Amino acid sequence: MKRVLTYGQAINEALCVAMRQDRNVITFGLGVDDPKRIFGTTEGLVEEFGPERVFDMPTAENAMTGVAIGAALNGTRSVMTHQRLDFFLLAMDQLVNNAAKWSYMFGGKSSVPITIRLILGRGWGQGPQHSQNLQSWFAHIPGLKVVMPSTAADAKGLLLSAIFDDNPVVYLEHRWLHNIEGEVPEGDYRVPIGEAQVLSSGQDVTLVSFSYMTIEALHAVEHLEKQGVSCDLIDLRSVNPIDWPTVFESVKKTGRLIALDTASQTLSIASEIIARVSMELFHELKSPPVRIALPDYPTPTSPALSEKYYPRAEDIMQAVADLLNMTLDTDELIQSRTSPHDVPGEWFKGPF
Amino acid sequence: MTLLINNIERVRLLHGVKRIRCVEETIAARYSEGKMRCPTHLCTGQEAVAVGVCATLRNTDFAVSTHRSHGHYLAKGGDLSRMLAEIYGKSTGCSSGHGGSMHLIDESVGFMGSTSIVGGTIPVGTGLGLSVSLKGTDQVSCVFLGDGSTEEGVFYESLNFAVIKQLPVLYICENNLYSVYSPIQVRQPANRKIYELARSLGVPSETGDGNDVLDVYAKTSRAVASIRSGGGPVLLEFSTYRWREHCGPNFDNDIGYRSEQEYLDWKQKDPVEVFEAKLCGDEVLSKEALSEMERSIVAEVNDAFAFAENSPFPSPDQLGKYLYKEDEGASL
Repeated sequence: MKRVLTYGQAINEALCVAMRQDRNVITFGLGVDDPKRIFGTTEGLVEEFGPERVFDMPTAENAMTGVAIGAALNGTRSVMTHQRLDFFLLAMDQLVNNAAKWSYMFGGKSSVPITIRLILGRGWGQGPQHSQNLQSWFAHIPGLKVVMPSTAADAKGLLLSAIFDDNPVVYLEHRWLHNIEGEVPEGDYRVPIGEAQVLSSGQDVTLVSFSYMTIEALHAVEHLEKQGVSCDLIDLRSVNPIDWPTVFESVKKTGRLIALDTASQTLSIASEIIARVSMELFHELKSPPVRIALPDYPTPTSPALSEKYYPRAEDIMQAVADLLNMTLDTDELIQSRTSPHDVPGEWFKGPF
Repeated sequence: MTLLINNIERVRLLHGVKRIRCVEETIAARYSEGKMRCPTHLCTGQEAVAVGVCATLRNTDFAVSTHRSHGHYLAKGGDLSRMLAEIYGKSTGCSSGHGGSMHLIDESVGFMGSTSIVGGTIPVGTGLGLSVSLKGTDQVSCVFLGDGSTEEGVFYESLNFAVIKQLPVLYICENNLYSVYSPIQVRQPANRKIYELARSLGVPSETGDGNDVLDVYAKTSRAVASIRSGGGPVLLEFSTYRWREHCGPNFDNDIGYRSEQEYLDWKQKDPVEVFEAKLCGDEVLSKEALSEMERSIVAEVNDAFAFAENSPFPSPDQLGKYLYKEDEGASL
């Protein structure tokens, strides 16, 4: 029998499974035990595991990251949570200078098993300081692992892998994914870090995606299929390390690449996908690779401005049409939508 | 203050400060050979804090430190040969040549790591304290920090958290008056005292003479007893002085940021010579025993330098090793 959970419930279940299994697992962050429970993802934890292992924290992102690092050196596995990635930027010192380097700079004598949960956003006027998608910052740092699940099953499987990994893992969850539903295996279900998943198989174009853009890509793929175009949709799941064999195998087959990203385009993960594919498979490419990402501006707040800021499924369809030098109809896709561009669905009523 | 310390322990403390002095001065003497190819921050003049503090700690207690960590590592019991091999960039180094002078580690004696970003290990040591508290042992986590780091945000953030959770953390502030070449007068207001600042955050705190190993030992003993019995964090501020340049083997009193006279005044309070004279004057230590102590220290230090010099460099194919924990066996 299929068991369906939301992405947010899957995160909650992963935390429960990890904390039941290993008493060295703790979780802390602003609001983990408050009435809203990090969009429900930490629901029930303080009741089951107690305030010593589940606790709110001072508004001190940098030191608390260092605290997680120090605790890790004595065997405590912390899952630290921030309601916005933007709030965590104060902690880049501890993450980059200490966590990422600890194993390497001490010759493997010890390592730092910590998980940093950061929530990314889009739309609803989150604006310049509440919705940055800075995955390429983290992925650029040797020694960090960076995962960006798109499905409920991967939300659980990657979080469990992150918690029990002996290295620092940045777990980037998209606010617009918290309510998507999917079948989620029970128990200690793990998805290996660094393995992509092929969500759709086709012959014409390779779409490389992750996190929320995978949802837009799924809509595009569905409508492309109706018009006779088939795509490989690769959901990377991890952006460091990247599953290059899966990407290369697909591009060898299709000869065409569109790399999607939830961030500003320049020096993005999508840029790296295009760079490596161009270096390794230049002669297999039938046309220049394409990048679909955000323009190089901060996020605007007004819905009138953000409408043109965020790429959507029709932009992916149009890029495919251009690559294949054909005309495709995007009207049906656009008309099938029931919610405005700045919310993930009717369920989302704000405020954040 | 009553000192509950016997003569054997006093001699051991003297051995500790003389040993660190010998190591640091030998590094200074040999640095120009060009074989120690990394930034090296010597603690000559500051030995008494490291030795007095670590004499009160157990092997199972934790310590973390800063860029100027040779003394702390050695006083905590860290392996001398492996420290020097690390500074020489050798595969036998305590960090396998990946760290250098500023990244020392010897977990077998609880020295959990030194790092080179000012304030960087203050929260790390606090986190070790959190883990100790969760596991319910009676270990103490000792954080060595300098006066400069008390200007960093993580200092306040970490002490605040340690107070909230009543963590078993001993913060040892070595106030040597300078952050690189910037004197404390331009960095902190004149009437500010670091130990008073810590008190205002809710951390019991006092100040002591960082050049007097017995004062350091006495005050730290009391603090450690309080922490071990569940009294929460303590900060001790010890005044001391860096004899040599911020980084490197030379004296630099002539370049204009401090005066030769200031240095000479502090040299009068030499943590090694003053204590040595006291023990000899009190007839705790005979001239012969002192000579034997010095001979054995020099022999140990020479052997350790020979070990470092004769050790192999890491193989170039080790470049990618240790990036992740599971990659220990992997090469490029």
